[in-house]
Amino acid sequence: MSLAAATAAAARATTTAAESHGFLSPTGVEIAFLLVGLVTFGAAIVTVTTKQLVHAALWLVMALGGLAVEYLLLTAEFIAWVQVLIYVGSVVVLLLFGLMLTKAPIGRSPDADSGNRWVALTVAVAAAAALVWVVVDAFRTTWVDLKGPAAGSTEVTGASLFQNWVLPFEALSVLLLAALVGAIVLSRKAKADATTPADAATPAGAQSRRSEKEGTR
Amino acid sequence: MHLAYPAVLSALLFCTGLYGVLARRNAILVLMSVELMLNAVNLNLVAFDVWLSRTARDTLHSGQALTLFTIAIAAAEIGIGLAIVLAVYRGRGTSDIDKLRDTAEGPAPDDSRGDGTEEAPVTGDEKAEATA
Repeated sequence: MSLAAATAAAARATTTAAESHGFLSPTGVEIAFLLVGLVTFGAAIVTVTTKQLVHAALWLVMALGGLAVEYLLLTAEFIAWVQVLIYVGSVVVLLLFGLMLTKAPIGRSPDADSGNRWVALTVAVAAAAALVWVVVDAFRTTWVDLKGPAAGSTEVTGASLFQNWVLPFEALSVLLLAALVGAIVLSRKAKADATTPADAATPAGAQSRRSEKEGTR
Repeated sequence: MHLAYPAVLSALLFCTGLYGVLARRNAILVLMSVELMLNAVNLNLVAFDVWLSRTARDTLHSGQALTLFTIAIAAAEIGIGLAIVLAVYRGRGTSDIDKLRDTAEGPAPDDSRGDGTEEAPVTGDEKAEATA
């Protein structure tokens, strides 16, 4: 009885929400979001399935760039440009450096995928089905209002960041410093183990160690 | 905009990254998949922040601030992760996760002896971090 009443109330809410927003009549922003989302999702799929390792990094650029466009469509401009600068600009370059430094094979490598590929596919499809079902069911009648001033312009983001989030922001700078020092220590320690002490004492050894460190960063 | 669009896209991207983490064999490809998962989380944060800033008059902008923090932490993570992968590669001559089985339980075949057998304790630690 109460279940039926709840269902009826939910149906009524759905109907009223749909009337005010036009159910299944997508706006231009939604169509653009959908198309860019399809491109992003396709690029992500190719990233995790391609056999050519360098191509995976290049498809990752496309997926991350598509996400930057999605941020722009959601009026989060500052996040979009940060995404372009940090992800597309530096993270992918770092990944490409990593691929080159580990002598990744150019061309098709048939053993790019592990043996438990089908288990992974099952887990991923099950997780996707569960997540999509729950999310669609939960936010069926929720609309984002994109009109008016941008919700994520640089002014708004900077004001909220430096009014409400100053302490985490400063803590984050300490974390970045720790990560920098940690990366240097990791690459130096491995290099010191690889070279004998006599070799490390010579200028040539120090030179190669420095160039190695710069390559890692 | 319907909130289900960014939410569904983020769920799909997260599961794509999940597949990549589970199915890929090269450590750097696993790091790429981790990046995909982090980006899915970022998209979710931004979408819900835009929604809440209009619906609930939320002026804290916690979603966008957390997105910036996630991006910075992801940059730090990729730096450390690549340093670890390069250290493992230098010690073992491979960045293949399936071959780094020193701390695996059970009678696993240990065919991971590369050219760095004299530094096994160090690379063992690094391998545990890389696969964790």
